[in-house]
Amino acid sequence: MRFALIGQPNCGKSTLFNQVAGYKAETGNFSGTTVNFKETKVRVLGDVVELVDLPGTYSLLGTNPAERVVLDYLISKKIDVVINVIDATHLVQGLLFTLELMEMGRPMVLAINMMDDATRQGLKIDGEKLSQLLGIPVLPMIASRGQGVRATFIQAWHAAKETKIPQSQKYGEEIESAIKDLKGRLKHDGFPISRRAIAVKLLEGDPEITNKVINKNPGIADFIHGHLDTLCHRSSRQAVWMVATERQKIARELAKNVSLQGETHLSFRDKLDDYLLHPFFGYLFLLLVLGGFFALVYGIGNWLEVPMLAFFGDLTNLVMTRMKIEGLLPQLIAGIIQGVSGGIAIVLPYLLPFLLGLGFLEDIGYLTRIAFLTDALMHRMGLHGKAIVPFILGYGCTVPAIMSTRIMEDKRDRILSAALVTMIPCAARLSVIFGLVSFYLGPWAALGIYIFNILIIAITGKMITRFLPEDSPGLILEMPVYRMPTLRTVTSKAWFRIREFIFEAWPLLIVGSVILAGLNYFSITPYLDKIFQPITWALGLPSAVGTPLLFGIFRKELSLIMLAQALGTTNFGAVLTAEQMMVYTIFVVFYIPCVATMVTIKNELGAKNMWLITGLSLFIATAAALFSRYVILIFS
Amino acid sequence: MNLLNVENGKWVQVVNFRGGSGMHRRLSQLGFLPGNRVRIVRAAPFRGPLLLEVEGREIVLGRGIASHILVENI
Repeated sequence: MRFALIGQPNCGKSTLFNQVAGYKAETGNFSGTTVNFKETKVRVLGDVVELVDLPGTYSLLGTNPAERVVLDYLISKKIDVVINVIDATHLVQGLLFTLELMEMGRPMVLAINMMDDATRQGLKIDGEKLSQLLGIPVLPMIASRGQGVRATFIQAWHAAKETKIPQSQKYGEEIESAIKDLKGRLKHDGFPISRRAIAVKLLEGDPEITNKVINKNPGIADFIHGHLDTLCHRSSRQAVWMVATERQKIARELAKNVSLQGETHLSFRDKLDDYLLHPFFGYLFLLLVLGGFFALVYGIGNWLEVPMLAFFGDLTNLVMTRMKIEGLLPQLIAGIIQGVSGGIAIVLPYLLPFLLGLGFLEDIGYLTRIAFLTDALMHRMGLHGKAIVPFILGYGCTVPAIMSTRIMEDKRDRILSAALVTMIPCAARLSVIFGLVSFYLGPWAALGIYIFNILIIAITGKMITRFLPEDSPGLILEMPVYRMPTLRTVTSKAWFRIREFIFEAWPLLIVGSVILAGLNYFSITPYLDKIFQPITWALGLPSAVGTPLLFGIFRKELSLIMLAQALGTTNFGAVLTAEQMMVYTIFVVFYIPCVATMVTIKNELGAKNMWLITGLSLFIATAAALFSRYVILIFS
Repeated sequence: MNLLNVENGKWVQVVNFRGGSGMHRRLSQLGFLPGNRVRIVRAAPFRGPLLLEVEGREIVLGRGIASHILVENI
């Protein structure tokens, strides 16, 4: 059996999915956190059920690639029951989508989520009455606390077993007759959704479904255009608007019948936004938030790093003096210790507060406010404010950031954002910036790198815009309400990403350190260093950093962890000058995205764009590092 | 008149949209349908986007799109 979770953005589907599956899907208080479907197996009443979490979408119109995923899934895979999640505080808008889903002709249950928010707003919803009116089971739910989750799955199981197909609501006469005519002309077409749903999609002008249907029923094209013309002619509006308007009429009627308070009040968040989105105080607050966030990461990270590095330094010395043997073995052991300490003493102290802080900002709903405030600025780089979502995710990890560019409608915007996102220092590069620059040169130098980084990204965006002129429609985004994040979602979100570091990256760091120890022992590294020699020479760096740079392409942390091996000490201050540390870190921040990122770019935007972006990043890294080298030389 | 001509806080009614069918679809699913009420809650400085209230939701729209939404007084 296959259950599908479908709902509008930010309605809490992923929260529900995580309740059932353990933390596997990213959640966040803004639209577009889930851009691809995730599957898991759960046990319901003794049956093993495949549960799929589909990206949030306002309707089945598929207006951007993330939304397209939902429609594609519905028309290509057989779903035994649809679990439609809607936000109780946006009942009319949610029901609009419910009505559209009911047309699909699949068994369905409706879960009304965020009942606690609704109660707080004084909104009462009569679920039983709604269930009678719609003819499908309706269940109240508070997914963040796990309430109503079990009941929903049990109802879904029953609906799937009985294959209860919901009855669609009727539109006005004009549309109904067009639907009836088109339905009659559809031969048995092999879509797992109802013919009525396909007819509606044809009237809404869905390009992909129209093409597929015309391919199978060549004669139908004229009739589709005929109906569209007639409808459009009579109302002087596009048919898609007519269908939506009628659906809205039905949804409003339903909501009026089942809820006690028709309109929701925005007063509280309006008041808060008066300050947080204020033309002056809004920006002041934004700077305070970002500054505070930086100080938090630096403060906690530094406080943990110093004693741990000292401990591992002592441990290495102890082992080396105790073993009293020459040769490969002590070298390899030192390599292991370096890999282990790199993860626990250099990366995790900064990663942990960073991810907790980012998760908090995400969940409280501040990210969309940042998009609102910075949209004008983003325009200067040829992007619109929506790009802020991948940008901010990029400070965590570049891979999900690149995937999140799917929330953009325009391919040009996606390529440009992906190119710029690869230059944002992700958490791996954060550890290089903090572990090297801020540790040896102080927090201001690290902050300087972040600001320099943003400047370079802005200049690059400006330059690319010259070649890819802007024609994108601009920002379209829903502003979420403020929500107090629960400790559990924030910590499990951080753990979701920390786990990825511990189980995937850390072993790689240890293996990388050991391999480097071996390479060093057999004097192979000088040959590897040659690959980056032209660049290290131009940047005035020791040629031994070539190997860490090469391995850094696999995991960016390696460019720091292996530096210790390559230079023969963890006390970088003794072997690198301040200028060299800055230049090296700036190069690491910009050059070639890691392998995982390259693969993601290839999957999302094609191999050509992957090589273009990779080449561009290498060029910009060299230029930015050279520039900083000469600036530092002039000023010192 | 289009949305950019409306003063902040004043409720108006959507009449039509000037633009392609793709944008029609996009806007219709956010609640911008003929007859629906909309108001500008606030505008971002530096010619930034508008924050609109429509159908009980707050939607951020760039000025480019907002200028294509035709509205009338209620």
